[in-house]
This record gives sequence, structure tokens and C-alpha cells, in this order.
Amino acid sequence: MQLLQFTERGIYCPQADVYIDPWRPVGKAIITHGHADHSRPGNRHYICHTHSEQVIRARLGQDIQLETMGYGETFTINGVRFSLHPAGHIIGSAQVRVEYKGQVWVASGDYKTEADGVCAAFEPVKCHVFITECTFGLPVYKWPAQETVFAAINSWWAKNQADGKVTVLSGYSLGKAQRLLQGLDTSLGTIFTHGAIHNMNHVLRESGIDLNPTTLVTPEMNKSTFKGGLVLAPPSALGSNWQKQFQPFSEGIASGWMGLRGPRRRRAVDRGFVLSDHADWDGLNEAIAATGAEKIITTHGSTNVFTKWLREKGYDATAESTEFEGELSEIKEGNQKQEEQE
Amino acid sequence: MRRFAQLFTELDQTTKTLQKVGAMADYFQEAADQDKLWAIALLSGRRPKRTIRTNLLKEWAAESAGIPFWLFEESYHIVGDLAETMAAIHPATNQHTDRSLTDWIDTIRNLRDAEDDAKKAAITAVWSTMDATERLVFNKLITGGFRVGVSQKLMVRALAKYSGTEENVLAHRLMGEWSPDNTTFQQLLFEENPKDQLSRPYPFYLAYAVEGQPEELGAPADWLAERKWDGIRGQLIVRENQLFVWSRGEELVTDKFPEFGELADILPSGTVLDGEILPFKEGAPLSFQVLQTRIGRKNVTAGILKKAPVVLVAYDLLEHNGEDIRHKPQVQRRKLLEQVVKAASDCTSKLLLSETVSFNDWEQLKIERSKSREYLCEGLMLKKKDAPYGVGRKKGGWWKWKVDPLTIDAVMIYAMRGHGIRANLYTDYTFAVWDGEKLVSFTKAYSGLTDAEIRKVDTFVKRNTIDRFGPVRSVNPELVFEIAFEGINRSTRHKSGVALRFPRMHRWRQDKSAAEANTLQDLHDLLNAYGPPDAP
Repeated sequence: MQLLQFTERGIYCPQADVYIDPWRPVGKAIITHGHADHSRPGNRHYICHTHSEQVIRARLGQDIQLETMGYGETFTINGVRFSLHPAGHIIGSAQVRVEYKGQVWVASGDYKTEADGVCAAFEPVKCHVFITECTFGLPVYKWPAQETVFAAINSWWAKNQADGKVTVLSGYSLGKAQRLLQGLDTSLGTIFTHGAIHNMNHVLRESGIDLNPTTLVTPEMNKSTFKGGLVLAPPSALGSNWQKQFQPFSEGIASGWMGLRGPRRRRAVDRGFVLSDHADWDGLNEAIAATGAEKIITTHGSTNVFTKWLREKGYDATAESTEFEGELSEIKEGNQKQEEQE
Repeated sequence: MRRFAQLFTELDQTTKTLQKVGAMADYFQEAADQDKLWAIALLSGRRPKRTIRTNLLKEWAAESAGIPFWLFEESYHIVGDLAETMAAIHPATNQHTDRSLTDWIDTIRNLRDAEDDAKKAAITAVWSTMDATERLVFNKLITGGFRVGVSQKLMVRALAKYSGTEENVLAHRLMGEWSPDNTTFQQLLFEENPKDQLSRPYPFYLAYAVEGQPEELGAPADWLAERKWDGIRGQLIVRENQLFVWSRGEELVTDKFPEFGELADILPSGTVLDGEILPFKEGAPLSFQVLQTRIGRKNVTAGILKKAPVVLVAYDLLEHNGEDIRHKPQVQRRKLLEQVVKAASDCTSKLLLSETVSFNDWEQLKIERSKSREYLCEGLMLKKKDAPYGVGRKKGGWWKWKVDPLTIDAVMIYAMRGHGIRANLYTDYTFAVWDGEKLVSFTKAYSGLTDAEIRKVDTFVKRNTIDRFGPVRSVNPELVFEIAFEGINRSTRHKSGVALRFPRMHRWRQDKSAAEANTLQDLHDLLNAYGPPDAP
């Protein structure tokens, strides 16, 4: 019997009767992180990292039954030992290590290998079978160093100030927004937030995460308040009536998809910055090599191509279909994650 | 090159025309004259000849990136742009040299006669001295297809802003046969040289479509109406007994239409006609398809000339006795045009006049429009009697009033990813109609949906894939679209037996199930009703 199986409800461990990031309601669910396509409502019992707790409660309800653990801590069910390890994706994100009778599997959820200074950095975990996303599993996806990207974002902000424009920068409310917030040059001016991002920031600050100061945009604010400022907004707010109050503005999106001209031009914003919380091509390959695993199971993203590539490199690689989405809704091309911002 | 790459990025980054014009004007201010000249050439579609085969480039790019060829191809499907794919997969590099745009173009052109190995060494060395943006621009130079969402009109506006010379004058100077090899920036834009003006065409005046009812245009008495002929727009120039024929794409096509050769001696020097090149036999136009068989050919053989002979149906006179008369009112130009055509008519059968359609009120004209298909026409043209001949697409003087398209409801059965701005989205679809229990494909269509609809269909495709063939997926036959098209013809190349002209998605029939789509018989009924009368 396989230690982890891909079922209609999600990634399942039959020996322990536990699911990882299930997409249909189950009894017991280990949640890798708080994004909507990984933590869904309706499960009887949730297990997640300490830093994900408040986020998940805020989204799924304060009264859900949920227990938390730190990175490296273990618990055992029916002989199966579970532990969480940093995935470097967003605050609280974890890879799930599953061990039974000497067999080790790791389900990595979403991850990135570059340390972003906001969440705990990705740690490779030795295993026999590695379950990996491959959102950006093509060699055309190569992230520039984040220092370069932030330098570009900050100088864009400064230029907008000089041109008398408000800067509107978009990214997911959970994860990308905080990473942007921490990379912005706070000496340039005030950083404003959309309500959705404000709520996430509030939850994270309550959990003890230190974030740069922000000001919530409220209806009674005068237009002149925003002068020279930068507004952090979720993808769903771009092109909305809400955004009109910042006119004249220059708008930008920070996403891995901005690395290609097609999606960038399709979104037709003024600037696209290449910044992703998923591993790029080199990151995926390095992460896989570092696990020492021989069997690789690919989930969401460029699964077919990436799996073929891994097989050619000598891995026993297979693709499984899931209902995870990666980063698509960040450019309004996905279906799922959007929900959390509305 | 860094400055030109910056211009490329600025143009690519914005959709706002004002910013594009500003970016180009800044470039013209800062760049060296020879680089400016090349920039103008590239932005107006005059790219250097391709000196390296695309397949070799792909192989070298894959090799430089250390990936197998199939992975390169898969990446290309997703990116939808060859130059960009080759730029993106290349490993990051720290080396950097900055050579001028002209310098790089010379490098590329000098490779023409080199051995493949030498080409490979040169190109891969260049790649490793550039950042990703420069690499993209450089690759655009070697692969051709240099398109950055800048129309000739915008570039001319930027040049006007930079130089202070009028747009109309600049637009005219930039037309015709020139290349950075046989002119300089100063010469091209600021010197009048009558010798090389012989072949120079005028910018075409393009019409907008009538969106609502013609009544909105005002009094019928202010307007002329003509048939909208279904051929190729052409400008025919005779100066000093030399003939030049230009297509609307600003291509010199004189050699493709030897029929017009005789006009060089028949028309007076300094005559420029605007009209439609039409396949025409025994006093009547033939269907556009007849002309299509001839356009693609490299050599115009005697057989083709016999099967698909052409005439010019002239509808405007731009130059008369060597004088540019575009500023004169439509009716005056029309009068002179009639004289010119009449004078020539004794000596040639290749030049006809596009007759006006007389009418007293719009109702009468609507009836005329409804007869368009009988004349093998696309509809009517409306021209304001007192309007000058404009430059480019401008609202006001000319309107095209097309006949309503033919339509049929079809089921989507294949989807393919788009290119460029639509890369990585399934935007190109194949449609089928019912033949008994079977679906028979009969057309592809790419346009007509809104961005929101495209995203929905894209999601449908990804969730309803039956099979994959490279970039193409077959999908569950569920979605029904109303396909609109301008014409229908018999075809031996297609299983369905028909070929459509300008097919596009008119509406997504979300109210219809696949079973309610039209049948092959319906399609053939349209063919019999509206197709060409003569069976091939």
C-alpha cells in the first residue's frame, strides 16, 4: 500500500486516515498553508503550523477544531510519524514529512527556495518520495534576484511621486502583500492598504509577526491623503471603482507570470514585476535534487512537461492531478484564490 | 543597443499611445543618426534579411541552456514568441558589452555567407554578453517579425514631435522603397530628392465602419456611394512612363500584376490612382478566391493570367499631371478621375471606373446594400462629397458599410494556444457541424470573444481535454458559438467541402447545447445560396 495516495478528496494517508490539503471535506486534514486552494472549509479537524492558525481561523471560522505545531515537532498516528518543515512560500507555510516503517514521503505544498526574509526559509527534507508543485516548471521561468526587483519597485514609486501619481501595487493579500510591504522603502512615503490586505496584516500582527507600518484606505479619506503614497491592493481590486479614487495613478503587478510578455501585456498594467512565492525552474530542480528522492510526484503547474523532464533525468516521476492552482489568480487567470479577497 | 532595448521595453510596457510617442521622441532625441534610421526602418517593418535559419537558432538556444530540444519546443508553445523563448531560457550572464544598434545589425548581416559553425559561435557568444532584455531585442532582429505594438502612424507622430516637421509630410517621405543602406537619416526625412520620388506612393486613406444607421451621417445629398469591391486595395502610379503598383501593406507588387504593364504608356506621367485590384473576366468580377490562388504564387505564369486575370477598378485620383490633389474635395477628384479613366479606356481594358450608386435617400441605399452579394461585393462605401483624401484611418470622409455577415452555429472541438499577447491561453479554436451523428470540422476562428469570455473558454478547455497533440487539445464537444463569415466557397482541401472568408466568433451561444448546433447540410445550403455560381 502506498503511504500517500491521490484520491477524489485529496492527498490521503490510509494508514493514519489523514489528508493533506484536501479539496473535499474530510475528518482530519493537515494544512500546508493558508491560501484558499490549500485550506478549504468543511473539515472536522485541522492541523497546521502555529503561524497559519490565525489566518486559517480568520478565513474558515474561529470555531473550527484546529491544533498547531512548530517546525520540526512530530506527532504519531497509528505508527505514522508526521512533522512540518519550512516551505518558504508564505508565513506559516510547511512541507509535510510522513514516515512509516522507514519509508519517508514529503508533500511540499507550495514552496520557493529563495529566502524572502519574511517567512521561514525553505529547508530541504531528505525523503524517498517527494511530492512537488511545478507552477513554474519550465526553463523560461527564472527569477531575478529579489533585491533587483525591489530596487525597481522602489524607483518606480519614486518616479511616480515625481510625476504626481499615486502608486498602486497588486499582489495576493496573504503572502505577496507582506513580502512587498517588507521590501518597500518606507522612507519614500506612506504605504496604504486595501481592506483585504489590512485584514490579513492585522491577523498576522496579532500572531506576533512584525510588519512595516501601514494605513488602511477608508471611505472618508480625502484624495489628497494619497499623494506620493503607495497603495497595496489585491489583484481583484485592479480596475475596480475602488481604485479610481487614487487617480492619477500608475499601477503594477508583482507576480511570477510577469516574467513573460504575453501575460504582462494581457493584464495591460503600467508595470509588471517578476516576484513569485513559488520556486522557479532552477529552484524546483535544486529542491528536488536536495531531497535525495528517487520517486517524484508532480502536482499543479506545468506537470506534463516537468514530469517528462524529470524522467529523462532518471527520476521515477509521475504526475497526479489535484485542485491546487499555483499563482494564476494573481493575474486574474485562476478561479480559486480570488475568493479570499472578496 | 542598450538605449534601443530600453525603447523596446518602454514601448512594450505601456498601452498608452501618449507614452509610446513620448518614448520614441526621447529616443530620437538621444540616439545617433544611423541608429535612428535603423529604428525607423525596424518600426516600419523594414527588417534586415534573415541570415540564420530558425531551426538552427532553436537548437543553439536549447544547447546553450542545457535543455533538450523538445523542452525548448514546449517552452515555446507556452511563451508564444520565439525570440522571447530563446532570450528567457539562456542562463544569466555577468559579461556585458554595449555596442550600437547599427553595429549589431551589421554583425547579423555579415553572417549571411558564413558557415553554420561560425554563425553558431558568433550568435552564442553574443547571447552571453547581454542581459535578458537586450537578448530579446537582438533575437527579434535575427528572427525578424519585429512587432512592438507601434503603428507607422504613431512613429510618424513621434518623429514629428521630435523634428517639428508636419506628420503628413513625414508619412509620405517614409513610404516607398528605401533602406538604411541607400539613405541617411537627414536625407530620408529632411531632403527633397525628386529622383527617388518616382515610385513613392501616398499613404492610403482607410475607412471606418458604419456602426449604427447611415442616417447618422447626415443628408444623403452630401454623400457619394460606391460598391465595396472584394479584391486587393492597390495604388497605381505612372510617372515618366514607369509603372508602380503598391499594396495596402506598403509592398511594391508591380511584378505580380503584369496586366497593368501597358498602363505605363497609356496614362499620362504624374498619375496616381487608388482602387481595387479585382479578378475580372468577360465583363464581370470573379470571386475573391480566384485572386487568392494567384497572390501566394512566386511566379505569375501564363496559366494563372488566363485563369485569374485582373483589372483595376479605380475610385480615386491622388495625383494629376504630377500635382498632389489629395486636398481637393472628393467630387472634384472624382470628376478628374472620370476624365483620366475615360481617356485611357480606348487603349486598355485593364482600367475601369468604380461607378457610383445613385440614391436619393438612405432607404434606397439600404436596398442597394442588400444586393451586395449579387455583385460579389462586401457592401457599400460612403464618401463625403466635400472631403479631402486623408492619411491613414481617420473618421469623417470615408465609411464602409458592409453587408451583414452570414452565420452558422457550430461546436468547438479543438483548441490551440494563442501567440503574443494571448500566449498560454487557449484562444484559437476549431469548429464543427453535425453530419448525422458525427461532427465534421469546417473552420477555425480566433477573434470575436471578449477577454472575460476567452478566460472562461480557456478554463473550459483545460478541464475538458480529451487528448493532446502538441499545442492542440481536443475537447469535449459542448460549447456552441455562432460563427460569422463574409463569404463561402467550395473547397477540395477541407473535409467539410467548404472554405469560409473571414470567419470569427460572433456570439457564444451559451443558451444552446451541442446537439442544437447546425448541420453540414445547413452549411451546404449556404454554399448553394451564396457561394460562387461556377463549380470548379
